[in-house]
Amino acid sequence: MKKLALTTTALAAGALLGVANAGDAQATDLTVVSWGGAYTESQVRAYHEPYMELNPDINIINDDSSANALAGLRAQSQAGNVTWDLVDMLPSDAQLACDEGLIMPIDHDEVLAEAPDGTPASEDFLPGSLGECFIPQIVYSTVMTFNNEMFPDDNQPNTIEDFFNVDDFPGRRAIQNRPAANLEWALYADGVAIDDIYDELETEEGVERAFAKLDTIKEHLVFWSEGAQAPQLLADKEVAFATGYNGRMFNAAEVEGQPFSIIWDGQIVEWDGWVVPEGGNNVDVVMEYLHWATDTQRLADQAKFISYGPARASSADLVGEHADLGIDMGPHMPTHPDNYQSPILLNNDFWTDYGDELRERFNNWMLQ
Amino acid sequence: MALPSYASPLERTWYYSYRVICGLIFFFLVAPILVMIPLSFNAQPYFSYTTEMLTLQPEGYSLRWYEEFFNSSAWVTSIRNSVIIAFASTFLATCLGTLAALGLSRSHMPFRGLIMGLLISPMIVPLIISAAGMFFFYSQIGLAQTFPGVILAHTALGTPFVVITVTATLTGFDHTLTRASASLGAPPQTTFFKVILPLITPGVISGALFAFITSFDEVVIVLFVAGVEQRTIPREMWSGIREQISPTILAVATILVLISIALLTVLELLRRRNERMRGLSPS
Amino acid sequence: MAQAQAHSGPMVTADGVPLKTSLRRAERRRKITAFMLVVPLLAFILLTFIAPIGDMLWRSVDNPAIINTLPNTVTALEDWDGEELPPEEAFAAMVEDLRVGQENRSIGQVGIRLNYEMSGARSLFSRTARNADSLEPPYKEALLDAHRRWGDVETWRLIKREGRPYTASYYLSAVDMRYADDGSVAMQPENQRIYVALFMRTLALSLAITVLTLLLGFPIAYLLATLPLRYSNLLMIMVLLPFWTSLLVRTTAWIVLLQQQGVINDLLVAVGLIGDDGRLTMMHNWIGTIVAMTHILLPFMVLPLYSVMKTIPPSYQRAARSLGANPFVAFVRVYLPQTVSGIGAGAILVFIISIGYYITPALVGGQSGQLISNLIADHMQRTLNWGLAAALGSILLGGVLILYWLYNRIVGIDNMKLG
Repeated sequence: MKKLALTTTALAAGALLGVANAGDAQATDLTVVSWGGAYTESQVRAYHEPYMELNPDINIINDDSSANALAGLRAQSQAGNVTWDLVDMLPSDAQLACDEGLIMPIDHDEVLAEAPDGTPASEDFLPGSLGECFIPQIVYSTVMTFNNEMFPDDNQPNTIEDFFNVDDFPGRRAIQNRPAANLEWALYADGVAIDDIYDELETEEGVERAFAKLDTIKEHLVFWSEGAQAPQLLADKEVAFATGYNGRMFNAAEVEGQPFSIIWDGQIVEWDGWVVPEGGNNVDVVMEYLHWATDTQRLADQAKFISYGPARASSADLVGEHADLGIDMGPHMPTHPDNYQSPILLNNDFWTDYGDELRERFNNWMLQ
Repeated sequence: MALPSYASPLERTWYYSYRVICGLIFFFLVAPILVMIPLSFNAQPYFSYTTEMLTLQPEGYSLRWYEEFFNSSAWVTSIRNSVIIAFASTFLATCLGTLAALGLSRSHMPFRGLIMGLLISPMIVPLIISAAGMFFFYSQIGLAQTFPGVILAHTALGTPFVVITVTATLTGFDHTLTRASASLGAPPQTTFFKVILPLITPGVISGALFAFITSFDEVVIVLFVAGVEQRTIPREMWSGIREQISPTILAVATILVLISIALLTVLELLRRRNERMRGLSPS
Repeated sequence: MAQAQAHSGPMVTADGVPLKTSLRRAERRRKITAFMLVVPLLAFILLTFIAPIGDMLWRSVDNPAIINTLPNTVTALEDWDGEELPPEEAFAAMVEDLRVGQENRSIGQVGIRLNYEMSGARSLFSRTARNADSLEPPYKEALLDAHRRWGDVETWRLIKREGRPYTASYYLSAVDMRYADDGSVAMQPENQRIYVALFMRTLALSLAITVLTLLLGFPIAYLLATLPLRYSNLLMIMVLLPFWTSLLVRTTAWIVLLQQQGVINDLLVAVGLIGDDGRLTMMHNWIGTIVAMTHILLPFMVLPLYSVMKTIPPSYQRAARSLGANPFVAFVRVYLPQTVSGIGAGAILVFIISIGYYITPALVGGQSGQLISNLIADHMQRTLNWGLAAALGSILLGGVLILYWLYNRIVGIDNMKLG
């Protein structure tokens, strides 16, 4: 009887699956996981749409799950049912996934296109950006942003220190619910020189010092988890300051016309890029796509839609104006000399080694 | 409850202030839902009433968010997914649940308490726990991120409602009718389709409605078990609320409110019909 | 009867079978038919629902990573007393395991698992494993050179302790406890105790929501039960409409109302009660959770109260009054006691639902409005500590089942009414 019930269930399920898939033709579906919002939009316009036009038999589906990419990869690998074909993730998470065997090691010069002048990919990508399993697309930065309307014209904040100064700059502040970037800023605002931040964070006193600094503004904090939430909170005036990705803040300020200003002081610079899950069904198709989507022209194209810097040296000269607004993208890039006065380079080795400990501590701190 | 003519002034004051308090509570129940509806016709991409809206000028209102909703492929796909999943799981839940209720309502059912407990457990266990368990288990057997996985999960959530409503209908069921049918020579299946089913139909339908709304409104299981290809309307709303609240969400919400009003009406009509039929039966 | 049987022998049916046997057989047949009708759903629920719950319970104690990936080390540590650093064989076994683990990329699992117990374990394992091939005997010195933590007795004790196939450490973490260095159970350091406080907060907020729904639900349930049917049916719709409206719609509605630029703040500013710069913060904190959840759960209080009050004859109160009780006394001494079962049913129902709530606190609760469910989801999706998520979930499940048992005692499953 149980067997009968099982068979019936299986039959019903099979029939339903048939119904669900009946609409799709022969096309190969590629599920591409990314961060959603303005960032996915820029990838769709720079990569996905042109590629689907060139290859009508390929259909790219967007999944905005990058914030939980590592969990998703683990679950799919454990299930032996890998449904993601390509994932956009951070290099530190990519290193963990690579160590666990969840994503494929990449032979960079074999998979990736060379620069127009013949420079092999491994030399064309910016130094230190390629990982064992990781292909960078962009250099982005996490920046402090504020809503101009929340402060009088003669008293607008412009440093990280101002962010920690609730007396002169009142209002709630939104920060990401993870320690990376926040601890660095706490120490920077507390007077630690940029070059000493990670040395300081390696000591127990340094970590105490960072949390003590964060404690001074804790009652004013709101935490965000997904990139799109930060500009939203700021636009709704739920908060006066928000930390966020510079491209999304650019998008909100320039494309949507929100009254936002970016504080480039202490911007936290990091890579972001692609990884290929191990055991996917369309690995060959994905590799072809990757070869095309990470070539010099394509990386430069993405910068037409969002203010992130391309990860290839050869793309830099091709970056021009915003596709819709026609404004020069140069001054909005994190790497523009005016913005690059006091950058903090996110140290991925540090976060691979100390990340777990600090994440746990940060989680506890948030809940207390 | 009417105020007697001999009521003292104190009683009078209390009587009216009690009415006012109740009015305020009803207002608290309904106002939040109603406040949102006009905002979905806002011509501006804001969540607040503009001066044009308050002065009832036509240019303050527009259907743009409804257009955006029906023109967005993500939302349209989510409607398709919600409908597929809700109908499939309602169908399965109604069949399985009605059969089980028929068994449970017989006086000869062994281990009735235990079985009833197991069968309605999906209704009692907090959703986050069900979702966590299903995420682990369905991942291992390859059901995670598939339509069958989500449908089976929603079926499990919907069956308790069918079991409960149909069992409730059957408690008022006059068993002499089946005996009469059998004694007149009807085989069991004829008795079922010609005698039992018409009488328990209101219970079955209201159970099915509950199962439908459970699936249609469910988001926690979908968050954990479904993949991007199984995104439902509530799942799209969830990411919409978390990421960027545009009045499109309010347009969706308004449409969903209309759907719930329709369901509520059907349920109310069924209840009345059921009461009428009960009134006619000899018990 | 007994005498009659003694005279004529046992009663038999037409085909000669004793009546008792025949009846018993018919009885059994009916039992089987009844059971057969239930079997499909029972099998279905066991497979699609109970099995996943079982899987979760299993995961809260399951501990395969170390014993599977470091089998040689676990064997080598079997006879070690845990007093000083283990002998050379244990170090050699570890190097062997690290090499194999690096080869098939399973060493990451060990690092992740041990990191839950000891911060820094992940980098200890991944770093050493990356260079495991170049290590040469004697391995004790080689490993001590590779990373100083191999020289901590604590590291080895941890491996020995967690080298068992089952562990209680997830449950210990879930109640803010841990294994101390010597293997005894101790409290977590003060600044790492969060879960007990969070369980308490969940209980406190749920209790507040239950009390609020009772305070708001009682008057309108009473009104509905005492008004003539044609009015009460109309008012009932105002209770049922929110009940049937999508949860996400209602949560969205509260965002529209509560946010800084929302309807309530706009209204207060327009009326002049607050200034434009003094807008109230009602969202992204516990106030948002309480207000929205009270609204969402109010129908679950009103409906059981109403169904109990409907059965109380109004004549009792009138009798009390005619015997000289004032209206207040009549209400408190005569009416209220009769509603206790409804209050119990509604309160437990609301309480059960709220302690397991996830969606609304996640969307409007901010940090101070998070409940235990939100942390379970967080461990599922973000920190990926699935064992701890399972342990927290199991504790929550246990609590809910106890409450449900209470509910069943008071109301009974069969009397559960819907809509």
